[in-house]
Amino acid sequence: MTPDPFLSIAGVSKRFGSFTAVDSVSLEIRRGEFFSLLGGSGSGKTTLLRMLAGFEPVSTGDITLDGASIRDMPPYLRPINMVFQNYAIFPHLNVADNIGYGLRGRGAPRAEIARKVAEMLEVVQLPGYGTRRAHELSGGQRQRVALARALVLRPKVLLLDEPLGALDKRLREQMQEELRRLQRAVGITFVFVTHDQEEALALSDRIGVMADGRVLQADTPDMLYRRPGSRAVAAFIGNMNFLEAEVIDRANGHVVVDVEGLGRRRLAAAAVAEQLGRKLCVAIRPERLTLTPAGGRTGERAASGRILSRTYLGERSHFRIEAQGCRTPMLVSRPDDGPGVPDDSPVWLDCHDDDLLFFARD
Amino acid sequence: MRETSYITRPNLPLRVYAWVFLTVLYVPILFIPLFAFNTSIYVRFPLEGFTTQWFAALMGRAQLWDSLWNSVRVAVVVSVLSTAVGLMAARAITRRRLPGQSAIVAFIMLPLVVPGIIFGVALLVLLSRLGVPLSLYTVAIGHLIVCLPFAVATLLPRFEGFDVSMEEASADLGVGPWATFWRVTFPIVLPGVVSSLLLTFTVSFDEFIMAFFLSSTDATLPMYIWSQLRFPREFPSVLALASLILGASFLLVFAALAIGRMGARRPDARAP
Repeated sequence: MTPDPFLSIAGVSKRFGSFTAVDSVSLEIRRGEFFSLLGGSGSGKTTLLRMLAGFEPVSTGDITLDGASIRDMPPYLRPINMVFQNYAIFPHLNVADNIGYGLRGRGAPRAEIARKVAEMLEVVQLPGYGTRRAHELSGGQRQRVALARALVLRPKVLLLDEPLGALDKRLREQMQEELRRLQRAVGITFVFVTHDQEEALALSDRIGVMADGRVLQADTPDMLYRRPGSRAVAAFIGNMNFLEAEVIDRANGHVVVDVEGLGRRRLAAAAVAEQLGRKLCVAIRPERLTLTPAGGRTGERAASGRILSRTYLGERSHFRIEAQGCRTPMLVSRPDDGPGVPDDSPVWLDCHDDDLLFFARD
Repeated sequence: MRETSYITRPNLPLRVYAWVFLTVLYVPILFIPLFAFNTSIYVRFPLEGFTTQWFAALMGRAQLWDSLWNSVRVAVVVSVLSTAVGLMAARAITRRRLPGQSAIVAFIMLPLVVPGIIFGVALLVLLSRLGVPLSLYTVAIGHLIVCLPFAVATLLPRFEGFDVSMEEASADLGVGPWATFWRVTFPIVLPGVVSSLLLTFTVSFDEFIMAFFLSSTDATLPMYIWSQLRFPREFPSVLALASLILGASFLLVFAALAIGRMGARRPDARAP
């Protein structure tokens, strides 16, 4: 399935008493990949990361790295390093001693440690900061020290536990870019835990979406956004309109469904393969819906609606639309400030049938 | 507009209270050095004249120096042992999920509230049953019980204040548990260790009841002082000795404070 199974998590579970924090997770993480674990709090993403680091014993299942099981290996023997959420910079050591800590533990000669530490300080763009103490550093600088301290050991895998969570927005964006650059430069496999989906989408080669201790889907950011595999993933990533639909006809290679608020739509039959009368859940992204003032030119199947409210977001505007036959208002996102009609005016609501996603009703 | 904020603005009644409090607390202590330099052997006003003869008299007392040496030996051993045991206890309490955690802590702290005389009698009965001869070792055992709660109480907040992820980070960087303790845990809790050493040393040094029950012919300093109180003519010498101990205590406390400040200069040592 995967071309290069490097870090392989096979049916791993973690139970704390009767509570299952991680529930039979299987993942194949590839060599040199930037892989993110994305999920809300309590989704089990941090517990999974701590099992990879060796801080939490695995209840069942196995973890193999490069073909060898590391399941029962203590953390100090694993060729895996971690950047902690709070960075865990040793307060009694200066920056250089922090970065050289692991090398000293390995018994590397003094001169070699000094050379590698100086090199790492260059890589994380903190040259000359070697003699500073942890409390003299800003949040972003601490993060770089934590990164340097882990990377200087040339781990096979670098684990990052929400490392950007404590930084303000501008610095976070800057560090995102830097992380990505650094990961490409060193070619080390990164496993990155975050609850911020934008961050995950921006950084990752692939993302594992987690909820309730399970991995719902592991895929590229693009596929997760455009082709979510389940309703839960569709709801978690970005904004989504969920509509009820019913299969009402099937004809030469497609089925016709009646979607609430959008009317009759055609879906590829192979993908649906549903009997007549079967209820479906149809989903569409807000930016895939079009708005036209009533009376303007539009497609023949456009549905009628009414603008309930609008939210100005700078580069985009969001509109809440009440569509005929639809119980909840639909969200429409446009890069401009609207179709040029006031609130409460009637509009045409339309979309391409190809943009409709559908899931089995649960 | 007021110059200082609501919380920092001076409050006269509180100031008066603070000065009265300090006066009541410390003025009686000042009488000790005062009468130690008085020529009269009676503690009474008016003072008769200035002398250092009582201090000079101390020099010639072999018993005093023996008991001082006994006390120092016991206090050094007890402070090191109780701090070492306290260090392990504090680490275990904060790092492991122990069943009945608060019960264990309460149990360790028990000697703080159980009267020393009860512990002294109990230990004396036990030791004589076991046929252990009384010596400075038995005194040290008694002092260990008294000092352990002080050591744990000093070290526990230090351990609670520092983040477990520091130790995890060390393990993550390839350093084993033993080296992690010496390279990360110990340096971070070091100010607490120094405070504990100083505190337990002081507690053992002036402990009387346990030493009274558990010592044989080797008296500790508090026992020597107590024995001298029976002789009125020796009283000024006792005052002189007390003045010296007072001076040494002040030096110790200032040293402890200075070391504490060294620890406090790293505010992130305790913050996550």
